[in-house]
Amino acid sequence: MGPLIPNGVIPIEWDNIIAILIGIVFGFVLEASGFSSSRKLAGVFYGYDFAVLKVFFTAALVAVIGVYYMDYLGYLDINQLYVHPLYLWGAIIGGVIMGVGFVAGGFCPGTSLCAVAIGKIDAIVYVGGIMVGIFIFSELYPLFQPIYEGYFYGNVTLEDSLGINPYWFVFIFSIIAIVAFVISDMVRKKTKKIFY
Amino acid sequence: MKKELKQKSKHIYWNPYYGGFLLGILILFTFYLTGRGLGASGAMKSSVVSIVESIAPTHAEESTYYSKFMNEDESPMKNWLVFETLGVLIGAFISGGLNGRIGWRIQRSPKITSKRRLIFALGGGVLFGLGAQIARGCTSGAALSGMAVLSTGGFITMLAIFGSAYATAYFFRKNWI
Repeated sequence: MGPLIPNGVIPIEWDNIIAILIGIVFGFVLEASGFSSSRKLAGVFYGYDFAVLKVFFTAALVAVIGVYYMDYLGYLDINQLYVHPLYLWGAIIGGVIMGVGFVAGGFCPGTSLCAVAIGKIDAIVYVGGIMVGIFIFSELYPLFQPIYEGYFYGNVTLEDSLGINPYWFVFIFSIIAIVAFVISDMVRKKTKKIFY
Repeated sequence: MKKELKQKSKHIYWNPYYGGFLLGILILFTFYLTGRGLGASGAMKSSVVSIVESIAPTHAEESTYYSKFMNEDESPMKNWLVFETLGVLIGAFISGGLNGRIGWRIQRSPKITSKRRLIFALGGGVLFGLGAQIARGCTSGAALSGMAVLSTGGFITMLAIFGSAYATAYFFRKNWI
């Protein structure tokens, strides 16, 4: 039963090799979907290209449906999976700062790496910026420590926090995504075309 | 003829639903194998820790944050996310190479100068790097991988990123449209 490496089905020595292989597929899919182009990515915020919305939500839905389905079939134990922890104010403040960085720079870390790989100089500068940002955070850590470590609610899922049935949530989330896809196509038709 | 064909295919990307479907399968597969999701900013953190550790070892040891990621026997670069990130660079290079998209260039709107583009790229990067540390992950590690297991933190970070980007997009419009 999965996850395979933590349960010893695949020896731990394979961990880093699998990391590179997974990374190759990740990079290939992102680049082939156009995520090495900052102007394509930024389109989602101005209504001329909704690739980010479509790729991101399709991926999240396929993954979450797959995880719950494999758990239901007994191939994967959902309780053994790593759940990103909830530090409430860290998640909100960090997210807000990242959002400004996204629309100012046109990349997020994963997409900027894809753009670096094909030689975009703006992406190289962006990655340099990320490292400067991490450096600033680390040097001023005592200042950020209260929101970094405070308001901790554990490694909680929406089932724990809101008490909703995960199957219903995934169903509603799917409907919301489909509606968002339809609306995004309508918005794009009305927006002035941008060529890049 | 061949050159024309190459020119044409340069900006043709996958159907976003196809790309998203494959990405979703990859996240599922990653959870099935390793019990964790994908990441991107983690490797950059390891790089910063590693650089600071080699330039100013005492400073790094004394710092509360760097020392969290340091280990006496191993380099901070010996990390799952660093290997994964090397893979990302290789995979993107292969895809870009197959489609003729490789080359040194600064991508920008024709309405702005290269200098302006680079300044905003640097500033955007600094903000993203800072935010990703505060939220303990970026769009890949916190938002996307978090959403795959219905993590509350992942959903909140995702909403905060997109909410703030839409709210501030107006001020950056000259760079893009």
